[in-house]
Amino acid sequence: MAIMNVNPTRMQLTKLKKQLTTAVRGHKMLKDKRDELMRQFLDLVKENRELREKIEKELSDCNAHFVNASAVMSKQALDASLMSPKQQVTIDVDSHNIMSVETPVFTAGTRTNDKGDIFPYGFAFTSFELDDAVMSLEKLLPDLIKLAQIEKSCEMMSAEIEKTRRRVNSLEHVMIPRYQETIKYISMKLEENDRSSRTRLMKVKDMLLDKAHNYSAH
Amino acid sequence: MAKNIAAIGDSESIKGFCAIGIDIYPCENVEDCPHLLRNIADSDNYAVIFLTEELFDSVEKERSRYEEKLTPAIIPVPGVKGNTGTGLKRLSSFVEQAVGSDIIFND
Repeated sequence: MAIMNVNPTRMQLTKLKKQLTTAVRGHKMLKDKRDELMRQFLDLVKENRELREKIEKELSDCNAHFVNASAVMSKQALDASLMSPKQQVTIDVDSHNIMSVETPVFTAGTRTNDKGDIFPYGFAFTSFELDDAVMSLEKLLPDLIKLAQIEKSCEMMSAEIEKTRRRVNSLEHVMIPRYQETIKYISMKLEENDRSSRTRLMKVKDMLLDKAHNYSAH
Repeated sequence: MAKNIAAIGDSESIKGFCAIGIDIYPCENVEDCPHLLRNIADSDNYAVIFLTEELFDSVEKERSRYEEKLTPAIIPVPGVKGNTGTGLKRLSSFVEQAVGSDIIFND
């Protein structure tokens, strides 16, 4: 691991030591964040998978109902029955903070309070297959909204986990070793300087004594 | 802040959604979809946009613009032509992005 390009001075040493403590503390916190995010993410993904499999199955049932309905009704009549909806779904968007990731929370509401009030057509000229189709789709709506919420949360969390993982890795494998190496390099350099100045002083002392008293310490 | 739900897809697949109070935007051509999606998503009226799976893959660039935002959530649903597995594939790509390898779906 390459060391940083710094001057081997005491001031640099103190500065680097401070930076190292910060890096170590940051690394620990980010690692905790990553682990907790991962735990919640995996739970969410499992839920997401179950919900999606259920919805995909039921949606294909719904589509089958619609196909049946279109077999017994003319296309125009079918379109006309469906195209003027009675209901309007509204969604209140709130946010929920999971380890600093803002995930959405969707709360669904409808324009009219009557839940049964979904058929936008009279029953006289439509097939019962269409009623089945609309009813099963209506039943599926809360799940669809929940799926949207969970899937969006998963999307945002996976991006955040990736980011955090990269940060943790770069701290663990690049930043912290580099700091440690540089600190080691500076302290060795300082010790070396220390030793060399000590020997120089001893040498000078010897020379001075020799000169003054013709006397050697050794 | 009340928002609505939109559905984009071929008209056969999405006309059912219209009956239960979801706004539908028929789109028969794959080429028109990116433009349509951008218009709808930028209008900021929709919290959730359902896309049929056939169209979902064609708008990857547009989708990435909304990845970091809270809304809209762009969600693939199977159309009348059947399930192509895009939804589950997307889920497994999330796991792969987060964990580094797919540990949930590779069984």
